[in-house]
Amino acid sequence: MAVNVKDMMKKNKSNRFLLRFSEKAAPTIFLLCAIISVLTTIGITLTLLVETITFFNRVSFIDFITGTKWWPFGENPSFGILPLISGTLLITVIAMAVAIPIGLASAIYLSEFASPNIRKIVKPILEVLAGIPTIVYGFFALTFVTPMLQNVIPSLPIFNALSPGIVVGVMIIPMIASLSEDAMSSVPNEMRDGALAMGSTRLEVALKVVVPAALSGIIASFVLGISRAIGETMIVAVAAGATPKLSLDVTESIQTMTGYIVQVSLGDASYGSTTYYSIYAVGMTLFVFTLLMNLLSQYISRRFKEEY
Amino acid sequence: MNSAAETKHVPVPNTTIKPKSRDSKSIYSIQNFSLWYGSDQALYDVQFDIPANNVTAIIGPSGCGKSTFIKALNRMVELVPSVKMLGSINYNGKDIFSPKYKVEELRTNVGMVFQNPNPFPKSIYENVAYGPKIHGIKKKKVLDEIVEKSLKGAALWDEVKDRLQENAFGLSGGQQQRLCIARCLAIEPDVILMDEPTSALDPISTAKIEELVQKLKEDYSIVIVTHNMQQAARISDKTAFFLNGEVIEYSNTDELFSNPEDKRTEDYITGRFG
Repeated sequence: MAVNVKDMMKKNKSNRFLLRFSEKAAPTIFLLCAIISVLTTIGITLTLLVETITFFNRVSFIDFITGTKWWPFGENPSFGILPLISGTLLITVIAMAVAIPIGLASAIYLSEFASPNIRKIVKPILEVLAGIPTIVYGFFALTFVTPMLQNVIPSLPIFNALSPGIVVGVMIIPMIASLSEDAMSSVPNEMRDGALAMGSTRLEVALKVVVPAALSGIIASFVLGISRAIGETMIVAVAAGATPKLSLDVTESIQTMTGYIVQVSLGDASYGSTTYYSIYAVGMTLFVFTLLMNLLSQYISRRFKEEY
Repeated sequence: MNSAAETKHVPVPNTTIKPKSRDSKSIYSIQNFSLWYGSDQALYDVQFDIPANNVTAIIGPSGCGKSTFIKALNRMVELVPSVKMLGSINYNGKDIFSPKYKVEELRTNVGMVFQNPNPFPKSIYENVAYGPKIHGIKKKKVLDEIVEKSLKGAALWDEVKDRLQENAFGLSGGQQQRLCIARCLAIEPDVILMDEPTSALDPISTAKIEELVQKLKEDYSIVIVTHNMQQAARISDKTAFFLNGEVIEYSNTDELFSNPEDKRTEDYITGRFG
């Protein structure tokens, strides 16, 4: 029997109502899903804002951003956030000093030099590294990296900035490597051919053609890495100690903004106290930092964009 | 039937076809050159000399190996992982596949222009200055001079001199291709290989490139792959006709087009196939 395609199509389309309904309903459902994250962002920002305002009704804003002493407990609390910021920046700088060179070098190797087989093995391993829970990294810093560093620097205390800084960096390497590799792999081969045909070595092609062409993606990966380091919580909460200190000494115990929030959330402050509200002010500061990082990344990637 | 037709896939030892007249010094000498991609043979015993300061055109239907051949001349073909080669290609008397011959040195002397314009995503200036820079020329003044000279050489200077710092991707396709030629000229090669340089361009841009090729051959030896027979006839001095990986005929362009020796050449240039 001959198959009558037209009849069959007509039959399948006969269920008009369902068809028309799903055509109309689907975009609405998709829109609702998209709105969820927008609403969440607005909600979080508002909560932060309201509680932060409560905090600043009790503590002067100027004291908060210029104060060099953070001592939220006891009789005479002092809320100067600079020590927490310096702790956070210290961790971030150490982490990026580890993550940027190693991450970028891995990306260059994977994208420009590795054979397809090696890439097939190494990239999944990198991605597994990115999937390790940060609490595991935290104990890795405390029980493995710190003792190892103590062999080199005998005076190093158990809780210090160096060890969690390095481990945060290790945690970020896969992210920078993977995102930078994506950016470099999407540089068209014609560019490489053009450079090779002029007598460039493969290293020159990688560093002078591919990296500049992929620079916006690479810088975006750096900034994401920095945001991640600023926001990283568990590693520093476990291994950096809880001593807010305005210092650039990497061998001392410090506290980061996130570390402080964890400490207070764990029950050190009663609800409604100034200390309780201070975590919102610190959270707001963190939020402003990451927002600035995002704006910076957008500016930089636009500034350095090499379009192809 | 022509006897050569029966020997299609069998290497013929004495297929050296010497150019018939106007013999100048040859810059490339190709001997018994065969090439495989994996187990597929793409070139069969190619054997001829390419003269200096001439335009040598390589013509033939799609898949005849002409692009493969031109990419062998600067060893770009080696970027294909499974490639295997036999025979020799001598450039200025030196075997380019000898382990002693650095591939970067070869490619510095032998520039290449590709089918699709492939400027770097940098400014017009940086595109031209790239080659001199990687070869160690750093002085701004010298670079300025090279950029101007190269862009003039590629007949692009007047169009871009006021916007050297703009991104090269803002140029039209034809301008981009001339920029790629300027980029080539900046390191003063002896040979320029062109792999269908006008196939992605409109007729006016094509005419400009053809005119440029005529001018360039005073200083450079040019090998140009083209699927456009009229183009080969217009701009080249020598023409090699490739078919199924073999050189069927190689002679002066006017002779090859007016009086082809081989029946298959005649069929191709009269449009009976290809």
